[in-house]
Amino acid sequence: MSLEQFKNRNVGTQNYTMLDLGESPKTGWDRFKQVARRSVKLELFTGLKVTFREMIKALFMGEMHTVKYPFEKLPISPRYRAIHEMKRLLESGHYRCIGCGLCEKICIADCIRMDTRYDENQRKEVSEYTINFGRCIFCGYCAEVCPELAIVHGGRYENASEQRASFALFEDMLTPLDQLNQQQEFPGYGAVSPDADKKIKKTPLAY
Amino acid sequence: MSKKEITITIDGVECRTREGEYLLNAARANGIFIPAICYLTRCSPTLACRICLVEADGKRVYSCNAKAKEGMKVVTQSEEILEERRAIMEVYDVNHPLQCGVCDQHGECELQNYTLELGVDSQHFAVPDTLREVKEWSTVLHYDAGLCIVCERCVTVCKDMIGDSALKTGPRGGPAVDKAYKETAPKDAYAMWNKLQKSIIVPSNGTEHTNCSDCGECTAVCPVGALTERDFVYKANPWELKEIPATCAHCSSGCHLYYETRFTSIDNHDEMIFRVKNEWNFQSLCGAGRFGYDFENRDVVKDEAAFSKAVDALKKAETIRFSSTITNEEALMLQRLKQERGVKLVNPEVRPFQRFLSAYAKAAGRSLYGSDYKAIMQESDFVVSVGAALRNDNPNARYAFNNVQKMNKGAGLYFHPVGDTLVPTFGKTVECITHKPGQEETALYLVLDLFADRENLPDYIKSYLDGFHETRKRTIKERVMKEVVEKVVDKESGEEKEVKKKVPEMVEKEVEYDHNLLVEALGADPVAFVDSFEKMMKKKSSFALIVGEDLYGHPRWENLAKLVALAEKHCGMKMAMIPPKSNALGVALICDLDDAAEGYTVGYNQPGDFRLSALGDGDLDMPAMNQQEGTMTTMNKRVVPTNAALAYGGYELNDLMKALGLGKRLTVDWTEELPVDKGFQAAKFDDLPDGFLNDGTEVRGYALTSIKSRPSTAKAAQASDEAVLEGEIAYRCNPQRQFNDFTDKAHQIFEAFALYASAEKAKALGEKVEVLFEKGSLVLDVVADERMQGEIVEIPDFKADRDVYGLFGESRYANVTIKKV
Repeated sequence: MSLEQFKNRNVGTQNYTMLDLGESPKTGWDRFKQVARRSVKLELFTGLKVTFREMIKALFMGEMHTVKYPFEKLPISPRYRAIHEMKRLLESGHYRCIGCGLCEKICIADCIRMDTRYDENQRKEVSEYTINFGRCIFCGYCAEVCPELAIVHGGRYENASEQRASFALFEDMLTPLDQLNQQQEFPGYGAVSPDADKKIKKTPLAY
Repeated sequence: MSKKEITITIDGVECRTREGEYLLNAARANGIFIPAICYLTRCSPTLACRICLVEADGKRVYSCNAKAKEGMKVVTQSEEILEERRAIMEVYDVNHPLQCGVCDQHGECELQNYTLELGVDSQHFAVPDTLREVKEWSTVLHYDAGLCIVCERCVTVCKDMIGDSALKTGPRGGPAVDKAYKETAPKDAYAMWNKLQKSIIVPSNGTEHTNCSDCGECTAVCPVGALTERDFVYKANPWELKEIPATCAHCSSGCHLYYETRFTSIDNHDEMIFRVKNEWNFQSLCGAGRFGYDFENRDVVKDEAAFSKAVDALKKAETIRFSSTITNEEALMLQRLKQERGVKLVNPEVRPFQRFLSAYAKAAGRSLYGSDYKAIMQESDFVVSVGAALRNDNPNARYAFNNVQKMNKGAGLYFHPVGDTLVPTFGKTVECITHKPGQEETALYLVLDLFADRENLPDYIKSYLDGFHETRKRTIKERVMKEVVEKVVDKESGEEKEVKKKVPEMVEKEVEYDHNLLVEALGADPVAFVDSFEKMMKKKSSFALIVGEDLYGHPRWENLAKLVALAEKHCGMKMAMIPPKSNALGVALICDLDDAAEGYTVGYNQPGDFRLSALGDGDLDMPAMNQQEGTMTTMNKRVVPTNAALAYGGYELNDLMKALGLGKRLTVDWTEELPVDKGFQAAKFDDLPDGFLNDGTEVRGYALTSIKSRPSTAKAAQASDEAVLEGEIAYRCNPQRQFNDFTDKAHQIFEAFALYASAEKAKALGEKVEVLFEKGSLVLDVVADERMQGEIVEIPDFKADRDVYGLFGESRYANVTIKKV
């Protein structure tokens, strides 16, 4: 719509498409006639047909459509951004996070913090990692920036709590060690694209 | 380097520079970017990285070691140069661990920056990697050899600036570069790679550990994450840290540094200093500055009861005793207390210096010494140091002395009673004269004798000096070729033949030489000195004199001050003094100090009847120097601002002044009231600039003005032996990295409060001794200092409550009795 048309405030002169709704009843007699006609034609039951059909299905054929939340949950898309998960390496079970701090840096809600230290194996150890879910806006930048696919968004969307701010610690988000075999590679936000191999330039190796 | 100003053209931009300046420096000073990894502005070119390649007048040169000539035309970028640089960066990236995420340099890494800048997007070279172990070189240095790109910046800065020469390149082991690359790789990249692949950085003493002053300058200059402070490894990421520009408060150098702060941890949201950074191209730090940063007065709240007691104590006080680790503003407040309430101000650290400075001012006709350490570093090629324990007293003076030897092809004369093995390693033409304590006058007369313009010297000095010269004869051995006739029997014929041969022979010969009795009096060999001094004086034009703390408390300080003024005037020397402690120059200019304490004493970071303390152990807490803003006066005669890095919740001196009706709204409101008649300016704190320009010009605060007066004509007295000490002698001197209670509080500074002695002396003394002074005694552990020589022992003064100043009196030397305990 151009500005010209927009400024034309003479209602009725614009190009409206009119619906054919027939004549509206004008007198009382006309209105009585319309009610009688519609009652005799049982138009009400046309509308109720679907309801009855589904009622019969639910009551007698066991095809219930209601999801009994919170006892039942619908599956959600892998791209859904709910409470974070910290993944482990499948081979060693060690956490993937290397403590680079990129998620901390990129976080626009400033809700991620981590403590790191130099450990006995000359590695950077993530001694603690927290996300303040009272501030997190679930934008997904942390998962997108993570170079190790260590932090990803999971499907746990129930984060109502008694307090405004609830924290999650490292172990709350880490895949439990006994469930490591069920850990799924994350296909959503930040994951490597399926054709990544084609895009990489190979570095020569002298071995 | 000559001072002639010339014009060169870099990439079409006309640049003013000095003749003989390196092209890279000229470009940097004029804001033109030339990539360079291995070059450091104030050090010699290393030529390790080769990416500073440019074209000067059509020839390919390395801009870090090509000197500027009038009208030179320089091109910093061309297709071939970029190709070469890109290849060099590719070589640097070969086998460099891809662990940027965990690296401590991540985000400020020059390897990352130049790899991106030069557009390296693929790799063409490969060589099998070698296992390179992580090493902990010392209590503070962490070397991850796997990350090292062997640019040798650490080696260069340690040698040329710091003077420890504690690092060198060593063999890496592992395979060599494939010869086939000689055909395919660009020339410079291949040559650089060959060298890189063979070397690694190792401590130069052949062990696993560096034997150095632990200044950590190598960690500052490291372009990658290979060299880091041990305490900082994997603790925080550089980008999280907030840089707070400040002035180091430990010694009178007043170095510019950045305190880098961040929240302490997840549990503790208070700001904490994680490390200290510096502008290493323009200013080098020492170990105290770099590692002694966590001396803040923590968790202080306003204690009203203690505050009212402090106000009462100040009302009652007859003396305020304070250390010189305070700002100019605080010094001014104390001076105001003296003016308004008539208290005595006592500062044993500064008092002798103040007297000496005013005696010098009287003799020289100006209130401040003529030169500074920056000028000495840049221009001098001959440095003389009298009365300073160069290794321990002041890092900046030591760096200047060393830098002159390395960069200006200089020479050095070091007069000091305590033998030192480090100073002679600064250069080939450094002569150390280990005289007796108290002979500083003779040393200064020798300086006058050696360097003064004889014609203009006052007659009484000229004739006095002439009295020390004798023409004596000495026998020297000379090599002479002598012809000898030998009889040789020919084996075949049996005939005897006479053969003439020339045979070298040593002949003794008598020559006349100038026997200098001053040199002899100072305990050096005059015969050897003649030769070595001649060697030292070759091609020298700019002389400098460093004057240290020994002179200030010397019994004949007044005469020494006159001699220093004479030397400065008649030898054409750049002269700079070493103010003894942190803000000693500021305190000396602002406060009228008294000699002795009297009656009820309030101590500020010092012992007293009521103690104000920033160390957390006093009757009322005060902010430490990293918790307050204000100005400091540096040894380079500048008034520089410092900022608060950490929060402080308690009372400060200005609050006490307010309670006494003398305060201002803020501490920094005092800045503009600093005494103009002493050389300060009436400038507001918030107007003071803080930083460096591209060419290294210091634009921090303002320079003090030297107030001129009529030089006095009082004659200098002849050298006297009355102050000369014999027997068992103790010297008041701190170990390196320790300056005061604050450095001692820092968790990364370990040097103990102990008796320091040379290795032999320490062995003779045993483990623990009692040192008896005239006025008291100290029980101390004995620590062997490998770099010390001779019989004199050093006793530190950095703990105020041990009252070492009281034991020694004004002089730094004292006769003591040392007993084993």
